[in-house]
Amino acid sequence: MSEIAIRDVAMRFATRHGEVRALERISVTVPDGQFACIVGPSGCGKSTLLMVAAGLVTPTEGEVLVNGKPTFEPGADRGMVFQSYSLYPWLSVRRNIEFGPEIKRVAVADRRKTSAELIHLMKLDGFADAYPKALSGGMKQRVAIARALASDPEVLLMDEPFGALDAQTRQIMQELLTDIWQRYRKTVVFVTHDIEEAIFLGDVIYVMTSRPGRIRTTLKVDIPRPRTFDTLTGQRFAQLRNQVVGIIHEESLKAVESELIGA
Amino acid sequence: MSRVGATRTAQVPSAAAPRRRQGFLRTYLTPKQAIPAQARLALAVGSFVFIVGVWSGLAALVQNPLFVPSPYQVVTTWWDMMVNLGFYNDVAWSAFRILAGFLLAAVMAVPLGLLMGSFEAVRSFFNPSINAIRYMPASAFIPLLLLLQGLGEDEKITIIWIGVFFQLVLIVMDIAHRVPAEMLNVAYTLGASRWTVFYKVFLPATFPEVVDALRITMGWAWTYLIVAELVAAEHGIGSFILIAERYLRADRIIAAIITIGILGLITDAVFAVAHRVAFPYVEKVHQ
Repeated sequence: MSEIAIRDVAMRFATRHGEVRALERISVTVPDGQFACIVGPSGCGKSTLLMVAAGLVTPTEGEVLVNGKPTFEPGADRGMVFQSYSLYPWLSVRRNIEFGPEIKRVAVADRRKTSAELIHLMKLDGFADAYPKALSGGMKQRVAIARALASDPEVLLMDEPFGALDAQTRQIMQELLTDIWQRYRKTVVFVTHDIEEAIFLGDVIYVMTSRPGRIRTTLKVDIPRPRTFDTLTGQRFAQLRNQVVGIIHEESLKAVESELIGA
Repeated sequence: MSRVGATRTAQVPSAAAPRRRQGFLRTYLTPKQAIPAQARLALAVGSFVFIVGVWSGLAALVQNPLFVPSPYQVVTTWWDMMVNLGFYNDVAWSAFRILAGFLLAAVMAVPLGLLMGSFEAVRSFFNPSINAIRYMPASAFIPLLLLLQGLGEDEKITIIWIGVFFQLVLIVMDIAHRVPAEMLNVAYTLGASRWTVFYKVFLPATFPEVVDALRITMGWAWTYLIVAELVAAEHGIGSFILIAERYLRADRIIAAIITIGILGLITDAVFAVAHRVAFPYVEKVHQ
């Protein structure tokens, strides 16, 4: 069982122009093994919400519970994957993946086994000893995902992980991530601005409002798995997409209007 | 061949026609267009040939070996300095002072700069004063240090230390400050403690650029040393230059200056090789 619950989280920043409300009373519970996607207009605070979930940012109000226990600091129970890959350039692919087990002082033989398995699963065979500089963007992100999985976290938090990749690579990565998720059945919280990505990957989609960010709608994605490339052309996919696009468009307009009032 | 592709690599003429014209002007006067490797080498050698050529021409024109010695004359003078005047001794003295002053500055500046870059409290305390002192020229401290420390080695080493330390601290601080927060955050979410993040992520992330900073400041150290030696010293390249001036020996002065240049090139090459060996993973931005 690994469940993450964000309970009544609010986030406010004090600035020179007064208080900025970034997040307002957000409650999200992602049960064991669920793939939850969070989408929203840019600047709605979805990345901040993920930072709060990871324990990297302390919310003004509310708390984050993993398996019912409140957490106050980041830890290996919540692995994170960033858009910028954030690999350690001085470590080989293998050492990057073994970083988590290494600091937990897992025996060398055991962590070799873990990294070898993940290198194969992530289609990185032959690159174990390469430095990140030799890798393409897609490969770098596969290493970053493998690194997060190597620590065997309860929850995997992903902040627009494929945002920097080209469209073709992104599609391949989404399919790969689906395979990996079906194998490990991790609880995943996946933040993205790409609506189709959210529908393709998610069991459930949380649509956020423009700032201050709240959960506006929760949508169950009732498209059966395994989802493949063909899913993208299905009728249900198009319906869901139009629904989410409509909401996000409305929220983006609100964001633009409030910027105009603020100016 | 696309235009973008063409900007990165030298074009190899192919048999297939038609293709883009490759005239001399198009190859050499397109911005950011690569040129053949042989041409690059030839131009590099050519720049030295050009300098020596202009110099020889000037010497022949002025016809006054006392003030404008020819390149050949300087080379023979340099040999004479080494064999008969014990110039290598002065070189050794200068090198010793550089090493001592530079090492002392680096050993203090690098840790402090890293701390300033990572802890706002440390930065807030040191940054304003160091920034102010940085604008005080190291050479202006020479008279003061002569009063306080006398003519000995510690005065020279202090000058180099002043010249290097305050600059290096701020460069290292910037390097530390630029380490991406996400790099550290990833480590936290992998279960790392703050101390582990510091020595397993933060420190290694700064190393390559710190070595680059050392390489740059090493060059500045030479300037401060020579100034210090010109003002007051018994040995060293600077004091040798001063004595040569009293004897109206422009050839010796030029030979000594060129020696400093060559020593600089050698240290630079040592740093470059060390960098390549120690940090094979660093992505090269330019060749």
